[in-house]
Amino acid sequence: MKEHPTIAKQLARSGVSRRDFITFCGKLMVAAPFGLTITSFLSPEAVAGVVGRAKRPSVIWLHMQDCTGCTETLLRTSQPDLATLLFDIISLDYHETVMAAAGEDAEAALRDAMQQNDGKYVLVVEGSIPTGENGAFLKIANRKGIDLLKDVADHSAAVISMGSCSSWGGVSSSTINPTGAVGVDSIVKNKPVVNLPGCPPNPYVLLATILEYATTGKPPALDALGRPKFAYDRTIHEHCPRRAHFDAGHFAAQFGDEAHRTGACLYKLGCKGPVTHAPCSTRHFNEVVDCWPIGIGHPCVGCTEKDIAFTVPIFSTVEIKGALPPSTYPMTTPEHKGISPIATGVAGVVGGALIGAGLLASKKLSATETPKE
Amino acid sequence: MDTSRRAFFKGVATAATLSVIPAVAEAREKIVPRADAVGLLYDTTRCVGCKACTVACKKANDLPADTDGYGDGLYDSPEGLNEYTKTVIQLAKSDNETSFVKKQCMHCVDPACVGACMLGAMYKGDFGIVSYDASKCVGCRYCEVACPFGVPKFEWSKKAPKIVKCELCRTRLAKGQKPACTDVCPRDAVIYGTRAELLQDARQRIAANPGKYVQKIYGENELGGTQVLYLSHVPFEDLGFRFSETESVPHVQQSVQHGIYKGFAAPVALYALLGAVMFRNRRQEKEEKNDE
Repeated sequence: MKEHPTIAKQLARSGVSRRDFITFCGKLMVAAPFGLTITSFLSPEAVAGVVGRAKRPSVIWLHMQDCTGCTETLLRTSQPDLATLLFDIISLDYHETVMAAAGEDAEAALRDAMQQNDGKYVLVVEGSIPTGENGAFLKIANRKGIDLLKDVADHSAAVISMGSCSSWGGVSSSTINPTGAVGVDSIVKNKPVVNLPGCPPNPYVLLATILEYATTGKPPALDALGRPKFAYDRTIHEHCPRRAHFDAGHFAAQFGDEAHRTGACLYKLGCKGPVTHAPCSTRHFNEVVDCWPIGIGHPCVGCTEKDIAFTVPIFSTVEIKGALPPSTYPMTTPEHKGISPIATGVAGVVGGALIGAGLLASKKLSATETPKE
Repeated sequence: MDTSRRAFFKGVATAATLSVIPAVAEAREKIVPRADAVGLLYDTTRCVGCKACTVACKKANDLPADTDGYGDGLYDSPEGLNEYTKTVIQLAKSDNETSFVKKQCMHCVDPACVGACMLGAMYKGDFGIVSYDASKCVGCRYCEVACPFGVPKFEWSKKAPKIVKCELCRTRLAKGQKPACTDVCPRDAVIYGTRAELLQDARQRIAANPGKYVQKIYGENELGGTQVLYLSHVPFEDLGFRFSETESVPHVQQSVQHGIYKGFAAPVALYALLGAVMFRNRRQEKEEKNDE
């Protein structure tokens, strides 16, 4: 069995400077400011001390019914760059996209990776699992996707569902779901499953989850839907950079209008921020500021929420639950709508006419009554 | 005959007036704040209008958002105090100055609502907190009408409505916590304490900052004194405080009411008058019949 060295040793061996490692640990602290053991320190140096002592976790990455978008987001991480990430910090032992081998060699690579770290590796699954027609919609190396997943998961230590597809089925499970696509946690019941929904999720969230597991041997604290609390504890709306515009009632009414160009709130364009639990508003993608949907002027589509993503139309607005005060104020002397002088005049004329008619009628009555006596 | 009747009426009216006037003048004893009275001190010069107090109040009292006001149902935007809102921040605009003002129950020393409540559902509780006991309430809304500050609100939207008003977080106080609004205020614009401490604090602030405040602590004497006190840099009328009388509402109301019934003089006078009118009418009728 191949023993992996600690992360610090591996980094030193491959010539990554300590400064770069500290920088990376600083980034981790930003990505997971609370809720993780590995970042519950005051300085990046302390984080580096803990993470550095951990053995490099072996990771096996399986593709199911996916678009490889989650892999793409991992490939676009620049700090650490892909090579550092794959070879020094984690040990990505099998990944169908980032792999030189093909055919028999590729199959052997998976077998080897499983044998070498039996019961210790972390399995990352990308894509939904087709269960329709006995799972015939997906076959890899002559094995059904569902069988492959069960086999690899059985020998793993923990499973991470990378992306919305593996979290609950994602886009391929939306109506009418011809392939019977489901998430990993519907198939794998005997291992801890961490869901990282998102289309794609933030790669730092994946990395932090893997490193937390490698360091403490436990997955991070999860919410009711199996998502790590450190990243999915709040809604986009709660921490949105455009929130001030929402509170002030500045809304873009259509794409490209004045309000949209000046960065107003996108709620009326269908933003799902108020109901979407995701770390996007605080952790942008690719280390580029404002590189996330709302940052570039597109409403949030709610890709991390099963009830929203690929179900509620992109431009439909969502209900605001637990409404908070706007940034306007009621006046101490509310402006009541007055009664217009014309209305007063009309009412006066009508009233006068009625009284006059009444008087005339009573006169007539008394006039008719008099002769009787 | 006419002259004598007029003289009779005059006599009755004078007797009634004479019996009422001394009773009114004989004032009901003034109620003074109790020694352990607690309250709030709100300072307009410190408030930045962040509404943290209104949000904390809703949370602490488990009140729903009032989304009927501003902005298409997206916001909790009450216009003033209402059945969903026990405290609210309003904007006061006068000719050249603006000010925020926090509205909630004033916790009067001698409250009009307590005076008006016929069953004791509204009562002065521990620490002088004007409290509400729903189990005694019949929903007459006299308190709502009586309050000079428009505080108690009726739950029109409920099938079994109650009265909603600030009770100074008395359940939190019992747990040793401060009222929610004072707990979250980032600028100490609203603080909690005993009325005596708060008055002293307010006087010090006025003395230490000449020209900053209106030379008055609203609630010190107004309407018999309130346990919630206000310091302001704009005239109190602009903040929506319409009353500057020092007599409390129940004081005036009870003096008049108790005065009228003093010695049962007014009812006797009234019925005597009515009796006299009846007597006169009957006699007139008889005379007319006799004439025929």
